[in-house]
Amino acid sequence: MGTNKARQARAPGSLLARRERTAWLLLLPAILVILLVAAYPLYRTIYFSLTDASYLRPGEEKFIGLENYVFLLQDATWWTAVRNTVVFSVTSVLLELLLGLGVALILNSQFRARGLVRAAILIPWAIPTVVSSQMWSWMYQDVLGVVNDIFLRLHLISERVGWLAASGTGILNLILKNLNIISEPVPWLPDISVTMASIIAVDVWKTTPFVALLLLAGLQSIPDDIYEAARVDGAGALRQFFRITLPLLKPAILITLIFRTLDALRVFDVIQVMKSTDIATISMSVYDRQLLVEFNKLGYGSAVAVAIFLVISVFTVIYITSSRVRFD
Amino acid sequence: MSATRGSIYRAFSRGVFYLLVGLLLVYTIFPFYWAINTSLTPASQLFGEKIQYWPANATLENYQTVFIQRPFARNLLNSLVVAGLTVLFSLLIGSMSAYALGRFRFSAKRFVLYAVLAVSMFPQIAVLPGLFTLVREPIFGFKMYNTPWALIFSYLIFTLPFTIWVLTSFVREIPAELEEAALVDGATTGQTLRYVLLPVMAPGLVTTGLLAFINAWNEYLFALTFTLTDKARTVPVAVTSFGGASAYESPWTVIMAASVIVTVPLIVLVLLFQNRIVAGLTAGAVKG
Repeated sequence: MGTNKARQARAPGSLLARRERTAWLLLLPAILVILLVAAYPLYRTIYFSLTDASYLRPGEEKFIGLENYVFLLQDATWWTAVRNTVVFSVTSVLLELLLGLGVALILNSQFRARGLVRAAILIPWAIPTVVSSQMWSWMYQDVLGVVNDIFLRLHLISERVGWLAASGTGILNLILKNLNIISEPVPWLPDISVTMASIIAVDVWKTTPFVALLLLAGLQSIPDDIYEAARVDGAGALRQFFRITLPLLKPAILITLIFRTLDALRVFDVIQVMKSTDIATISMSVYDRQLLVEFNKLGYGSAVAVAIFLVISVFTVIYITSSRVRFD
Repeated sequence: MSATRGSIYRAFSRGVFYLLVGLLLVYTIFPFYWAINTSLTPASQLFGEKIQYWPANATLENYQTVFIQRPFARNLLNSLVVAGLTVLFSLLIGSMSAYALGRFRFSAKRFVLYAVLAVSMFPQIAVLPGLFTLVREPIFGFKMYNTPWALIFSYLIFTLPFTIWVLTSFVREIPAELEEAALVDGATTGQTLRYVLLPVMAPGLVTTGLLAFINAWNEYLFALTFTLTDKARTVPVAVTSFGGASAYESPWTVIMAASVIVTVPLIVLVLLFQNRIVAGLTAGAVKG
């Protein structure tokens, strides 16, 4: 009988069939737009990646199969860009999670001026990345910059540092040297260049609020009576944090982690503005735009775009499958 | 005795806590303060012996320079048009889709929602080559390249999926009785959406529109690639094109004045709507 009912419901002209038709009509404009701005350009990108297309000879591209992709595997600049992007992503996302968790814990406790602090941490998030990159570039200037001035006054450094110029030294070596722990740079230290670290600091400054707000939402969903029960059982603050807060926050942390990684892997603005296409900090996206716009390499640039797309797709799939999104 | 030790400990940890809060405030606000400070400093004084932490001879000359020597007013107008129209189209198309996805039952719904989510994660760089050639080709005799339309068109790739996604979650929260009552009274789908759902969705539309506006206002990659002259250039591109011959010659006081002008409206918006923004940001992971 149940199947009978279902068949009836699906029959053309029935209420359900009409509802379904209406739904598709409502979706039609969005589907058309997405086909036009996403699917079609993506198809063109994939097509160009299999040709030797160039803007200098429009419409004269030849099909060259996978030649661009073979070249990609041997392109040293591409691999440098991959390495830089991974260093940037891993470091910035980890720092943002740690700092963001701290900020979220602060915002989750009751204190005066809590509203003020929450409003204040939204400021870095609201400032356009391009603008904050300019602000920090100015603050990082070696002679006129305020970062060197403050650090010198606080005796955190003994001499001015070229934050965006010193590609040779690493940040860990710099810190250890200024703490007088080492006197000479230690070459085997796993280190990040001062310039890359300075760029990461800008991203951390801008994005930590966003991470904190996502984690705060997770914290607020933990019921108070669990803490109540733990207090009655005599569990201290640290124990409560590691036994209750952290395990229950794990899903929120995981989502934030993947989501931020997705975002960090396509980093463009901050690196383009602060260091342009400098090989020391070039990212995958910055390199690709250079190929496309400055070198007119439409075919090869498209292959690089497809490669970036594939890398990020892997993370997208992980994100969608692990995030238990609500569909109904 | 243990009571006093307890209260000393509490006072101490309270002190450490407020110290941390203070540090956090300085860390988040200082760079913006520094931009204001620099923007009020006369360019000639920038190269003095000591760094001034307070603008001693505050001046508005840098702000004048931004508008008089630079077509910054035009850039602001371009940004406003691009972000405004992008949001308008996204909300129009997005609310229709959200109605379908939040209220209707149909077989392919899950697939459509997955597709929307996947497109919202789309790396913009992946479509850059395809879009770049598309906007440079004449379509019905009209080339989008170096016009605001190139940006409005391409920005839909990130604002539309995002709008659909967040609005759908708002539509789900609306009680079904509202829509049913309208249908029983013989309202068409369009009427139901227009007169019943949209008014209830207003707070959701404001939140979503605001976040989409901020994303469009801040966009840089497409803006840098699809525009060429100040006729179509938006603010983020303008802010990076003030440059001098080297970092030392960059007109930093003017750049900071422009930065402050771009940022102030955003900060005002964010502070006015902070509760809604926080709700929108956390209602499903959202692009920042």
